[in-house]
Amino acid sequence: MHAAIRDLVRDGDTVALEGFTQLICFAAAHEIIRQRKRDLTLCRLTPDLAYDQMIAAGVCKKLVFSYAGNPGVGSLQAFRRAVEKNEPRALELEEYSHFGMVGRYIAGAARLPFYPVNSYVGSDLPRANPRIRQIQSPYGDEKIYVVPPLNPDVAILHAQRADKNGNTQIWGLTGVQKEAAFASQRVIVVVEELVDESVIRADPNRTLIPDLIVDAVVVEPFGAHPSYAQGYYDRDNAFYVEWDTIAREAATLDAWLDEWVYGVENRAAYAAKMRARLEKLKPGDAFAEPINYGEYKA
Amino acid sequence: MNYSQNELMIAAAARELHGARVAFVGVGLPNIVCNLAQRSHAPNLELVYEAGVFGAKPARLPLSIGDPTIVTGAASVMGMPDLFQYYLQRGLIDVGFLGAAQIDKFGNINTTVIGDYKKPKVRLPGSGGAAEIAVLCGKILVITRLGKRAFPERVDFITSPGHLDGGDARKNLNVRGRGPEAVITDLCILRFAEDTREMTVTSLHPNVTRDAVQANIGWAVRFADQVETTAPPNAEELRLIREELDPQRLYSR
Repeated sequence: MHAAIRDLVRDGDTVALEGFTQLICFAAAHEIIRQRKRDLTLCRLTPDLAYDQMIAAGVCKKLVFSYAGNPGVGSLQAFRRAVEKNEPRALELEEYSHFGMVGRYIAGAARLPFYPVNSYVGSDLPRANPRIRQIQSPYGDEKIYVVPPLNPDVAILHAQRADKNGNTQIWGLTGVQKEAAFASQRVIVVVEELVDESVIRADPNRTLIPDLIVDAVVVEPFGAHPSYAQGYYDRDNAFYVEWDTIAREAATLDAWLDEWVYGVENRAAYAAKMRARLEKLKPGDAFAEPINYGEYKA
Repeated sequence: MNYSQNELMIAAAARELHGARVAFVGVGLPNIVCNLAQRSHAPNLELVYEAGVFGAKPARLPLSIGDPTIVTGAASVMGMPDLFQYYLQRGLIDVGFLGAAQIDKFGNINTTVIGDYKKPKVRLPGSGGAAEIAVLCGKILVITRLGKRAFPERVDFITSPGHLDGGDARKNLNVRGRGPEAVITDLCILRFAEDTREMTVTSLHPNVTRDAVQANIGWAVRFADQVETTAPPNAEELRLIREELDPQRLYSR
């Protein structure tokens, strides 16, 4: 992780650390904070706790997003301090809705000039963000809003498993992991488990990201905690609730960063320190029926 | 039977889903409401979560609308591009259930900022999928607690359009869905007048006075000619809320 972040994330980069509720790579966010990266434009539909932590640590110059909340709990306190009081530094915002961000990644991934969405009619969002524009359909009278492509310098995507080449499989909520990967110039994949290439090839429908576009594979068990990895560990809901208290004051938030980010060398150290809590997050089993791909020989 | 105003609000809101086939579930209170409906009167209600799930059967109340329990046992799990394009934009969803930090006289919802956008007094989380849910679902139901700041005459920012300036404003802009139909609060239920589209109190919860409602609304609110009394939650609804859905009492205290 240290080398991947050191080599592939540069000061001033546009970085998408995606994941919709699950597979949010806190391990990478913490490494970015530890390496004191600066002036990043951070993109994500749902900048949640990982982004709140990066904003508090002064990593982030600009946020491109559609929902900056603590899901199920309320507001993000460090994000609010940055926007309302410019603390610890001013935060530039470029705001969309989820569909707008989804469309931006699709256009970015497919290298299209824009993407039309049947949304934003009657909303003030296009006034707040002039990059959301309305055009006339070339095929009829209809007017439609369009959003620009999003092409981050780096995407950091957590996943359940990959092979050493970077062929990556995800199950459960896949969010925009695939689109963010194809949209970005560089891709870091972080996985719970490294598996043999034969495991990937035995179930190719599950491969969302091909090795072709992957620059680094990092193995980091529990790398998504306190978010979750379907089938591996549950969401640590209690932590999301606790974060609301921790983040209320800059001082308690900074103390948390000192203990859990600056104070640990890497994710393995974090996981060791958190072990009792992590063990309680293991879910029961719910296996899918095996399917038959068939064997087709000459 | 004893119950809290929040329990009454949640039960009344769940009943509004009678006859609905497919509901888009918003974050917060809508989540417990839609899960209560599925576990009580609407076992076949298809729950759609913006995280990319159609036909969820959550085994526990998901705290977040992306909880792993919405995946296990669902009819279909997909990437967000598929969910937004083929389910929502395609027009397959009858009802969108939303919360609101602020909602105005014509049902316009603000979840973006209190105050000026550039220099907000309070920065709220933003749209999420609500801006398009408000436009693309057949109709919208809203659940939020009544309060003067939550119910201003005009919202500071329209995140998700309701009936805009009222009357035919929504139709004139060719907005696809019919817009907000009801707002369920902890004191009363409000619906939108056929002609003006103004929010109107149609049902008061038991022992709630008109004055108490008016004191929590930022404009001179209209009352329907016939104001009903909201039915209290029944024993089964209370059991589901207390024992199955919200044992920690995060929403229903």
